[in-house]
Amino acid sequence: MRLPGSQRVRLATAGARAETAGALTRQPAGERSRSYAFHALLLLTISLAVLGLAILLIDAFIEGLPRFGLDLFTEGTSSLPEQSGFLNAILGTLLVIGGVIVMTVPLGVGAAIYLEEYADKDRWWNRAIELNVQNLAAVPSIVYGILGLAFIVRGPLDVGFVVLAGSITLSLLVLPTVIIAAREAIRAVPSSIREGSLALGATRWQTVRRQILPASVPGIATGVILAISRAIGETAPLLLVGAAVFVSFNPSGFFDGYTVLPVQIFTYFSRAQDEYIVLAAAGIIVMLALLIAMNSFAIWLRNRYEQKW
Amino acid sequence: MTERRQRQGDDAERATRSDHVGGGHGREDGGGSAEGALPSVQETAVESQRRKGDPAAATRRDVLFAIEGLSVRYGSQPAIENVSFDILENNITALIGPSGCGKSTLIRCFNRMNDLIPSASVEGHISYHGEDLYGPAVDPVEVRKRIGMVFQKPNPFPKSIYDNIAFGPRILGMKDDMDGIVERALTRAALWNEVKDRLDENAYGMSGGQQQRLCIARSVAIEPDVILMDEPCSALDPISTGRIEDLMIELKENYSIVIVTHNMQQAARVSDMTAFLMVALDDQEENPRGRLVEYDQTEKVFTRPSDERTELYVTGRVG
Repeated sequence: MRLPGSQRVRLATAGARAETAGALTRQPAGERSRSYAFHALLLLTISLAVLGLAILLIDAFIEGLPRFGLDLFTEGTSSLPEQSGFLNAILGTLLVIGGVIVMTVPLGVGAAIYLEEYADKDRWWNRAIELNVQNLAAVPSIVYGILGLAFIVRGPLDVGFVVLAGSITLSLLVLPTVIIAAREAIRAVPSSIREGSLALGATRWQTVRRQILPASVPGIATGVILAISRAIGETAPLLLVGAAVFVSFNPSGFFDGYTVLPVQIFTYFSRAQDEYIVLAAAGIIVMLALLIAMNSFAIWLRNRYEQKW
Repeated sequence: MTERRQRQGDDAERATRSDHVGGGHGREDGGGSAEGALPSVQETAVESQRRKGDPAAATRRDVLFAIEGLSVRYGSQPAIENVSFDILENNITALIGPSGCGKSTLIRCFNRMNDLIPSASVEGHISYHGEDLYGPAVDPVEVRKRIGMVFQKPNPFPKSIYDNIAFGPRILGMKDDMDGIVERALTRAALWNEVKDRLDENAYGMSGGQQQRLCIARSVAIEPDVILMDEPCSALDPISTGRIEDLMIELKENYSIVIVTHNMQQAARVSDMTAFLMVALDDQEENPRGRLVEYDQTEKVFTRPSDERTELYVTGRVG
């Protein structure tokens, strides 16, 4: 049988299409249900994580909301729980964290630059440093507290129970995290950028300063944000290095006594009166607000930098 | 046959010439002829030689790099062994050969980029205008200021087009008239007209061919003496390739160019001198390393090679 050309083509296309459709729908039923089951498992894990967090937050909000108000941000600690605010603790936290940022960013980024750009990985001491940085990131925070008490509050540094002691202790705690995050960010800059810069007669330092660092700022900033968020929430090491449980004054500098939000909240929760429990719950809301504000600022800063190129 | 070849040649010449006048209209194809069979490399080499005129002119230049007994190894693995030849000034010198024969290793010796690989060790001598390039007092940073490099993959910096060009001059401390430097570099790389209205846009928004021309402009901006190109067109389409080839022929007036290429037609079209490297094995049939097989005027290498291996390679029968 001879069909006209166009008809033959149409027949052939139809045949091919039917075969393709057959091949595409031939997936076995077991394969599909397994894929659904896996999908469901993934959904379950994420919902469990979110649910746990949500319950904690909702609980804190229900308990603390009656007491929540602007006066929590403007009033200092008072002997009466109904009149107490968190101003002293907020300022203490801001000072301590300010100190942490000033210390960890240059040290952490510097160490990361050394490890990524300058260190010869065949040398045993560079490998030892690398291994130790990773291990230090996993050391429990209370250990840093004891270290701070022994070497910073007393001992060689002997600064006493002041803001600076808290800043240094928390800096030691988050420094490994900052170094690891900064290294990741620096490593993510393609080596073609380094080669391009060096091939133009740039020195190694010029290449780091003008190409590698600007390109890795968003990644470094993300790491710093995470590390700082962790530092804000730390309680245990600060209890050891002098964050007082009852402070009714604002810290005036790095050599003043202080308290921080998580320590204050911890103290209130351990008191007997119901008013203090409510106040502590309200304190959690205050701390969340502070955390969100600081992180938003950091993220805004990062995005602004990203848009520059 | 002769008549046809003649006609194709004329076409190619016209196409190329109008290209130069028009400042970079797209070439029809990589081979030079718009219709009919593509010319063989031999035809391309002869044709390009005819356009350049006196074939011996390429060899009457001063020596730029004198390479003597050069061997490079990565750790214990040899990459090239005992390579000796002279690269001449204001020429385009092509390095050709199969993959793994050490062309890229060789070209990276000329601006000491191999220094950046800790395991690489270089033996033998390279002198640059008579100075030992690997002498103890030589600063590799100073070397790279005079000997620029363009890489296989376009690698613009994640910055604006302007800042990409200005980066080199700025780190070298050229402060005056940065706008003029940027404009001159982009004009020389035949890119100015395409980008003059968007100098502050990110260079990543350009096409691959434009990015590669930006990289050429970037290396031209610091007024080097030599430009090394490591397969600069391997990631580009034929039109962009044609523009970069035209650009190289223009740049050769002021600079010496060394180019690594896998594309025989490209080597035949643009280069004055060609070095052919090939992988060789040692006595135990192990440790492949690159050796120089032949180095001569391009037209000779492609039409009358003195070594049989060269002939087999350039005609596409081995490699």
